[in-house]
Amino acid sequence: MKNNQKIIPMPFRYLINIVLFAAVLFLMNTLITGGTISKYYSGVISSIGISIILAVSLNVATGYLGQLPLGHAGFMAVGAYTSALIMRAVMASGFLKTAVGSVAAFPLALLAAGLVAALFGLLIGIPALRLKGDYLAILTLGFGEIIRVVLLNIDNVLGFKLTNGAAGLQKIPKTTTFLITFLCVGVTCFVIHTMMKSRHGRAILSIRENEIAAESCGINTTYYKTLGFVVSAFFAGVAGGLYAGNIGILNPSAFGFMKSIEILVMVVLGGMGSMLGSVLSASVLTALPEFLRSFADYRMIVYSLVLVIVMIFKPSGLMGTYDFSLNGLLDKLIRLIRGDRGTPGGGQSLLTKKEGGTNE
Amino acid sequence: MSRFQKEPVKLVPVPSHNIIPERDVDKTPILEVSHLGIDFGGLTAVDDFNMAIGRTEIAGLIGPNGAGKTTVFNLLTKVYQPTRGTIMLDGMDTAGMNTIQVNKLGIARTFQNIRLFKNLSVLDNVLIGLHNEMDYHLAGAVFRMPSYWRAEKIAKERALELLSIFDMQDLADAQAGSLPYGAQRRLEIVRALGTNPSLLLLDEPAAGMNPSETTELMENIQKIRDTFKIAIMLIEHDMSLVMGICEGICVLNYGKVIAKGSPEDIQSNPQVIEAYLGKKKEGN
Repeated sequence: MKNNQKIIPMPFRYLINIVLFAAVLFLMNTLITGGTISKYYSGVISSIGISIILAVSLNVATGYLGQLPLGHAGFMAVGAYTSALIMRAVMASGFLKTAVGSVAAFPLALLAAGLVAALFGLLIGIPALRLKGDYLAILTLGFGEIIRVVLLNIDNVLGFKLTNGAAGLQKIPKTTTFLITFLCVGVTCFVIHTMMKSRHGRAILSIRENEIAAESCGINTTYYKTLGFVVSAFFAGVAGGLYAGNIGILNPSAFGFMKSIEILVMVVLGGMGSMLGSVLSASVLTALPEFLRSFADYRMIVYSLVLVIVMIFKPSGLMGTYDFSLNGLLDKLIRLIRGDRGTPGGGQSLLTKKEGGTNE
Repeated sequence: MSRFQKEPVKLVPVPSHNIIPERDVDKTPILEVSHLGIDFGGLTAVDDFNMAIGRTEIAGLIGPNGAGKTTVFNLLTKVYQPTRGTIMLDGMDTAGMNTIQVNKLGIARTFQNIRLFKNLSVLDNVLIGLHNEMDYHLAGAVFRMPSYWRAEKIAKERALELLSIFDMQDLADAQAGSLPYGAQRRLEIVRALGTNPSLLLLDEPAAGMNPSETTELMENIQKIRDTFKIAIMLIEHDMSLVMGICEGICVLNYGKVIAKGSPEDIQSNPQVIEAYLGKKKEGN
């Protein structure tokens, strides 16, 4: 107990993380705008950021809530098309050229993307969360496919061009920058971290652990399941918006079943319930195929192999439920310097170790 | 005389053919169950169950295996909706309520097969029990508003205080699943107390405990009743515990109440003896 006490007082713990995060952001941003990091690499870094948001948001539904939704790409698609349509309209109106428009339009479009995806999350979550395990997986899998097929065929139903079908949406303003992507990453990690370390987060965890006991503790399980699902969908929508602004072209085939699986693999590989795990495996699994272009053809084989190996040797994922805490590390260092070392009392619990949500 | 030694309690009959402690007679009973019953298909698991529990009474529910004791608990906590009968908690009818609403109204329980949040810390388990005692909303949590810090601080202190009943405050950071069996049972009681109940249902609290642990548990159950001034109802097979601390006992067999009364009455009741030991064979 004594050894787990926090040495650095509370507001400073957040301050340290935020300042450090801002410093890294600033440094990387100068390197990119200055041209030290080429445009290609900055694009790759942005797509890493998008993957991180996707994995961390899916982790809320799988790792924390304990469900297995297979339609995460569906929420991403909803967000991507929402943001893309808004940005195209904004560009056509010429608002993007104005000083206010160039700064505010994209973040607002991302917010809208998140909100529309969250709305879909609510709509699909209310019926889906009455089911458990495999049934929920199949229902959400169906949802993901429905979104894809609707995006593909909606123009014929509407009678005018909205999503442009299989040809895809084109000429989306490429507004996704390194800065905005990683600001979104920071906000995502911060919001999910603070939510999970509150009574609301504990309620979500309790549902994963034992639903009957959670109900007997007076926790409204339906509400918290839906909340977890909606939060997960919201950030997937934001990631979709960033994706649209990063690529510039949207095609329904990009949001197929395989995309959902890809995100799920990131979460499972990193360790369900570990934000650090999601961040790390999302980074690695996104960067690897990009940097090893010739390797990309074998990506799925390697995915499956890596998964099989990890599941055999470390079923809980690479990080298990461990989470990194920068301040925890600093606390340990301070204790080491002071010389009062000792074994930390008791086991380490999920989330108790985590203080540094904003630092990826 | 030790602080936890049992004081003799005079039991007084109340109109609903029950007995409650003398100190509670002028108050409404915390729980009043009348004609409660449930059918599972053609099987009547519990039938015509009547009971009243005083506000500070420790009541026992005993009976042979499969008598329907846990079913009664599940009916009280609305895990099952009763087919017949009414459950009045503190004068309020709980008809149509679900588990969550009944819990908010004041019934907390533990489980026969331990249902802890095994991968979470001991402290988190208790804090989940304290969920509804905290009032900050989601935005308050996400943006770490003062309401969050205030409520979390109070809740943490309260959790440690509750853990100290069983001397478990030093285990606060341990993983709940890693605790020994007895400690897990005690943690379940602490978690249930966190929901601020007026009636605590304990389903076999002494199962798997050794005699010295059982004695300690008995003392603690009485301590909980005395400190929190709540009613406790327990299912238990350990007769030394039941006879030692329960003021009123209800015996269930095949879903029906066969006897009600003080421990002394129950011990000498021929029907109870028959239910537990069987009938003496004629001419044997």
